[in-house]
Amino acid sequence: MDLEVEAGEAVSVMGPSGCGKSTLLHLLGGLERPDAGELYLGGVRVDGLSETRWAVFRRRNVGFVFQAFHLVDELTAVENVELPALLVGGSRRAARRRAMELLDRLGVAGRAGHLPDRLSGGEQQRVAVARALVNEPLVLLADEPTGNLDSRATGEILRLFGELGQAGQALLTVTHDARVASTADRLLTMRDGAIVAQTRLGAGTSVAGLLASLADLAGER
Amino acid sequence: MRDVILSLLAKEPAHGYELRQRLVHALGPAGGALNPGQVYVTLSRLERAGLVEAREVAQPSQPDKKVYELTASGLERVVEWFNDLTWSKVAPLEFHLKLVAAAATRLADPVALVDSQRLELLRELRQLQELALREPPDSDGALLLEGASLRLQADIRWLEVCRQRFVEREATR
Repeated sequence: MDLEVEAGEAVSVMGPSGCGKSTLLHLLGGLERPDAGELYLGGVRVDGLSETRWAVFRRRNVGFVFQAFHLVDELTAVENVELPALLVGGSRRAARRRAMELLDRLGVAGRAGHLPDRLSGGEQQRVAVARALVNEPLVLLADEPTGNLDSRATGEILRLFGELGQAGQALLTVTHDARVASTADRLLTMRDGAIVAQTRLGAGTSVAGLLASLADLAGER
Repeated sequence: MRDVILSLLAKEPAHGYELRQRLVHALGPAGGALNPGQVYVTLSRLERAGLVEAREVAQPSQPDKKVYELTASGLERVVEWFNDLTWSKVAPLEFHLKLVAAAATRLADPVALVDSQRLELLRELRQLQELALREPPDSDGALLLEGASLRLQADIRWLEVCRQRFVEREATR
């Protein structure tokens, strides 16, 4: 496998269960170590780093979003978001300010003082996205980020993901959800541990035909 | 189309342009793609069928306009329409038959057909999402886009089932 993701690029990975797409994400995020091969992040080779140095590097440069949110139950929304900022040695005040800014941007500032079990699924995932972004990582890795969300909450997460590219952050999303996959710039299809197809989805297609078929009442009574 | 126009007139009498505006609003971004002549053609058909009545209304500085109103039988038909359970196309029939033909004739590889069709639908889905992002979430237009998006997602899932089926069939040949 040979994969390069540009700054600001959104890439989706699809493929049947067991094709290795989650493993790919875990390798990129340092949750698993590669047996062979090279892994670079922002120009730094990371596969050879010691466990401690990799952990430090990862906290600053990689954000993770999971299907099951994985918020800390005992911490409020804002405390969850500021936690990674405190872990990299940021001041309490700066961490809180940045956390509140993000919660505000994601439309959940009003829920900042709530514990996760008081939040809806969509709110929890927005808090989780805020947490993943608090250290302004180079790359956001998302594993089935909308798997537990309804249609509207999915739309909100996709809208947020759409804004990442403008800040130059790369996004890599593993998903079964065609709606999520279709919003990426590039779609990778994996089978049996290999990338079998790569497609650019955005490339200059016109919406005229789509709109015409949507407005086609000829076949209706 | 006839029933749609009748139902729009059930709210209150209107002229052709107003009806078209209401329809465009209900369709959201798809409204722009509506064939402008269609409303007028349908109205004259409905008039001939006795389902609507037209009367000329004088306008001070412009030509007279025709205002349309439902007749009693027109209203009856609207009520029938609300109770009618006919649903538009339930399965991608043509593509299904294309796959069957490809497998029988060997003129095309069914798996390759599925793969390229799937990418095409993903592109369409992407366009729908982009349109949806620009719509107010509670608008009628957004609701139509959501319907289109859910259908496409179902079709994409069906294509994944098709792919698996044809891969398995190839393997046992």
